[in-house]
Amino acid sequence: MNGVTDQPQRRVKAIGLLSGGLDSTLAARVLIEQGLEVVGLHFSTGFCMNDHRRALARADEDPRRLRNEGLRAGADLGIPIEVLDAGEAYLRMVLNPKHGYGKRANPCIDCRIFMIHGAAEFMREHGGDFVFTGEVLGQRPMSQHMQALRLIEKECGIEGYLLRPLSAQHLAPTMPERLGWVDRERLLGIAGRSRKEQMSLSAQWGIQDYPQPSGGCCFLADENFAKRFHDKREHTPIESIRREELILLKVGRHFRLTPEVKIIVARDEAENRFLERFKDGAWCFEALGCGSPLTLVEGEPDEATRRLIAAITARYSDRRHEPIVEVAARREDREERFFVPPVAEDTLRSHRL
Amino acid sequence: MPSLDRGSDPAPEVRPDAVLDTVGLFCPVPIIRTAERILGLRPGQVLEVLSDDRVILIDLPAWCRSRGHDYLGSRQEGSEYHLFVRKGEKP
Repeated sequence: MNGVTDQPQRRVKAIGLLSGGLDSTLAARVLIEQGLEVVGLHFSTGFCMNDHRRALARADEDPRRLRNEGLRAGADLGIPIEVLDAGEAYLRMVLNPKHGYGKRANPCIDCRIFMIHGAAEFMREHGGDFVFTGEVLGQRPMSQHMQALRLIEKECGIEGYLLRPLSAQHLAPTMPERLGWVDRERLLGIAGRSRKEQMSLSAQWGIQDYPQPSGGCCFLADENFAKRFHDKREHTPIESIRREELILLKVGRHFRLTPEVKIIVARDEAENRFLERFKDGAWCFEALGCGSPLTLVEGEPDEATRRLIAAITARYSDRRHEPIVEVAARREDREERFFVPPVAEDTLRSHRL
Repeated sequence: MPSLDRGSDPAPEVRPDAVLDTVGLFCPVPIIRTAERILGLRPGQVLEVLSDDRVILIDLPAWCRSRGHDYLGSRQEGSEYHLFVRKGEKP
């Protein structure tokens, strides 16, 4: 990062977070319009819904809907994109965020700090003059109100060198503006949840190919995922939770049977294939002689619990209307057989996550 | 599957200078590994990337456009895709 009075002799270089959504794309475009060199960083957090759907590789899924939007935006904008793996440090942050969670399992403030801090590190390592984001004042309740924007900037250690081009005219001038690297008059004054101004700008600049802004792609903001995530935190020492356990929260139906034992029941063939990769050392259940989900067990079930797991597996098999179903329970070289009725709906409901 | 690949089958003409196997790895790891591997090549050299993630047929051309490399196309062998990238002049 340059010093306060340091005017770069070369073209000013801005390092930005580029998810590929409309806001970050527009933020980059605003700076490109001012002649700056722009580099986009796209963080892979491990919680992207599209990435998970890619891993499931369902044959009927249109692959064009699963593309990496950061790469697509970089190509359309004509700027280089660096894809960065947020890795283990991100997982530790997600499990224990300093600023807490939003409505679900979303640690939005800590997530922004993590990524902007990462961008600042990238800038120090690879060169650059300031960091920018597509944040919009007042757009998101947890992380984009005025106090949160100030907090994020302060905690990232780049005070004065974090520019939010879309809302800049509502915010105090940053060093890039004060030093004349960026023309403040040509930055924007967008605020609030409405997307009208962004839509208008995208039409003006011919930006048509971007994901719809309403849905979001983050498991951490998903209600069902959040239930499973907080169940995991409640029943497992946080420091011992492994990456694989969080990956498994994304897939299948989840049931908590005892404080120590939970199960994951695959919903289709793609999820069966996915769970297969995680079965080393774990109990797996499967109804015999019919189409069956794979049921993966976390923890050490006693015999009564194994019988219950067999009954749940039977409930989701193709023989769920039969009075008795044969179910195999396997762990490495060990195999047991159960002849059980499919579990009753009331029992199932009390365990469902 | 819809046609995704803007490159034609380059197999008869292209001889790769390096091969990167990302089979079994999912987005965005193949792109991260490709970015790392291509650093070791000289401009004009060709990298062959192996993957079984069909969406890479969209992502790799986009990555090439953003980084100034030439995407030469792909061919499919069973469930694996072989994609070819010629390193551009920029570092």
